[in-house]
Amino acid sequence: MTGSEAIIESLLAEGADTIFGYPGGQIMPVFDKMYDYQDKLRHILVRHEQGAIHAAQGFARACGKTGVVVVTSGPGATNVITGIADAMVDSTPLVVITGQVSNSLLGKDAFQETDVLGITLPITKWSYQIQRPEDIAWAVARAFYIAKSGRPGPVVLDVTKDAQVGKLDQFKYEPCNFIRSYIPVPTIQKSKLQEAAKMLSEAKKPLIVYGQGIILSHAEEELKALCNKAGIPAASTLLGLSALPTGFKHYKGMLGMHGNIGPNMKTNEADVILAVGMRFDDRVTGAVNTYAKQAKIIHIDIDVAEIGKIIPVDLGIHADAKEALNLLSILTPEAEHDAWEAEFDKCYETEYSKVIAPEIAPGKGDVNMGEVVNMVAEVSKQSAIVVTDVGQNQMMGARYSQFNQTRSLITSGGLGTMGFGLPAAIGAKIAEPSRPVCYFGGDGGVQMTIQEFGTIMQEKIGVKVIILNNNWLGNVRQWQELFFDARYSQTRMVNPDYMKIAEAYGFAHRRVTSREELRSAVEEMLSNDEPYILEACIVEEGMVFPMIPPGKGVTDIMLNAKEWYQK
Amino acid sequence: MFTITVYGENQVGLLNQISIIFTRRNLNIWSLTVSATVIEGVHKFTIACRTTRQQIDNVVKQIEKRIDVIKAFYYTDDEIIYQELALYKVSTDAILDDPNFEQLLHQHNAQILEINRTFVAIQKTGHCRETTELYEALAKYGVLQFVRSGRVAITRSPLEPVNSYLEAREEFRKELMTNK
Repeated sequence: MTGSEAIIESLLAEGADTIFGYPGGQIMPVFDKMYDYQDKLRHILVRHEQGAIHAAQGFARACGKTGVVVVTSGPGATNVITGIADAMVDSTPLVVITGQVSNSLLGKDAFQETDVLGITLPITKWSYQIQRPEDIAWAVARAFYIAKSGRPGPVVLDVTKDAQVGKLDQFKYEPCNFIRSYIPVPTIQKSKLQEAAKMLSEAKKPLIVYGQGIILSHAEEELKALCNKAGIPAASTLLGLSALPTGFKHYKGMLGMHGNIGPNMKTNEADVILAVGMRFDDRVTGAVNTYAKQAKIIHIDIDVAEIGKIIPVDLGIHADAKEALNLLSILTPEAEHDAWEAEFDKCYETEYSKVIAPEIAPGKGDVNMGEVVNMVAEVSKQSAIVVTDVGQNQMMGARYSQFNQTRSLITSGGLGTMGFGLPAAIGAKIAEPSRPVCYFGGDGGVQMTIQEFGTIMQEKIGVKVIILNNNWLGNVRQWQELFFDARYSQTRMVNPDYMKIAEAYGFAHRRVTSREELRSAVEEMLSNDEPYILEACIVEEGMVFPMIPPGKGVTDIMLNAKEWYQK
Repeated sequence: MFTITVYGENQVGLLNQISIIFTRRNLNIWSLTVSATVIEGVHKFTIACRTTRQQIDNVVKQIEKRIDVIKAFYYTDDEIIYQELALYKVSTDAILDDPNFEQLLHQHNAQILEINRTFVAIQKTGHCRETTELYEALAKYGVLQFVRSGRVAITRSPLEPVNSYLEAREEFRKELMTNK
């Protein structure tokens, strides 16, 4: 057996049957071996390596399995860097296999040689160079264990040509479940959870803020149980969205810069805040010096480095969310906080009349972004996996989508990678073929990875591509209007005819320029499982509100360009 | 000044993994010493760094988060016993007729490592201030070469704190094997 065969056998042993990749010189032995495994291993040929890595991210985020990428050395490897950094900050399990030049050429500026370890070490959970075929099984097993366990993240395996072509006398694959220097899941400390339960039971105005940790830990039901039993309202970060259904009684909306008014305002009124599986990103906290000063803060996270990193906590609990919430919902006594919860609803009423209704039902003028998102949520009966790009489309996608099952929003949160959405939607559809996958992107972001239309065409992936076209880099334009004296520097976009592009790829397509066409277009789009391009020509100068301007605290909320929320 | 001690697996690139955590925060490493410990396969990094407690706490957590790092700790100077080693070279001619030279070395608790016709090599261990004092005292003879090592440190607690951790992990591994 060769090293290349060992790589493929190792991937199969880990249950990885789908890989995203692009061939090239230094990875050719692996691709050659793939030829023999076409019945067992599905390889998605992308159009650019960035597409491969974002597709793998979308895949992992949709189904929870580790995404696998195989690319060549040099430019192949450097083209996946953005996605690796994205997966690191958004805790997405990936195993990225990069080809590398022969052992003897390392460090000699060989053709397509790059210091992949040096580049990726700061942005991976683990990076390792395999130089001998004997090390492949060990390294791949370790890679999958590291990527998926604890707080997930990306792992890079840089495989030299020698390791790929070298011969192995025997191959035995053993999954890894132990690394002595690495404890992925800490032992639960019951006494700390007792303390947390006591704090929650004494709270008059408790609030749960949760993030993607709930999804990664499969703690959705435990979170729901705690909310129900102890009568605690809960608010989500961007990446935590869909962990609780939109219609869940105690779910009060999204936190952060473009989040809902209630969760943001009440952050600074709650007496006890329980933060679970979230990391107090600055887009959530706004100015930290005014963040939740009145509250006692309990922080549960599987990554001990997150506890106290941004916000000083009164009680840090280093634990897996599922385990901790399960215990906490047993220990916390039954309670109701109806009056407190009603305060959130009151905020929502104001938000509805001032922001939401004008966005989703303006009745006149050009189509709004939120209107399109809302229509997709309505027609799809909340069943879709929503994948967004980054910017206004992302915030609108997050605000106006509705979710009734977990893992239904896939977006680039921490890194904010424009161009993420389209390939991520491809990965999501491959992971969950039975669910509709709706991508929302702007005219800017879609063009960053628009080459992946080729992948959609070749692999016949039924992704619904909704381009919210306002002929601007809308989010930057919004900031320019609000904070840079309306000096629109380099944000105007002259766009191609997306319908002709759709035609060139053979996709069903429709351009919507008026409100009257919207519903029928969305219905047509969702009537089958084929790829579809829906270009929504939206109001050019639309803005996302509410908004906590950068540098302001969570209670400094703009309702529109002129009006601030008054308590 | 904080002294960080890191116990890591003997893996290629571990030093890089540690140092980039400082680079990312634009933190300067004041001194660095890497050596094998008596525990097989475990290397110890001793890093001195001047910054705030909040920053060092964050840095150490991020270091410990690296897969190949076994444990990382940080200490203030009063929590450890630490030394640096300094080597000095002066010209033999310059000291030959000076009757006070040996006394000077004695005063500074320094030793001669080698003496030959052209130069004298001197060694001194101590804290930075002490090795600098000797440097200044030797300046009148003309110091041809001077070098100082990074800090090495041991804690005031009896065992290196990594031992009990590794023992517990070994127990856990055995448990995993038997449960298989």
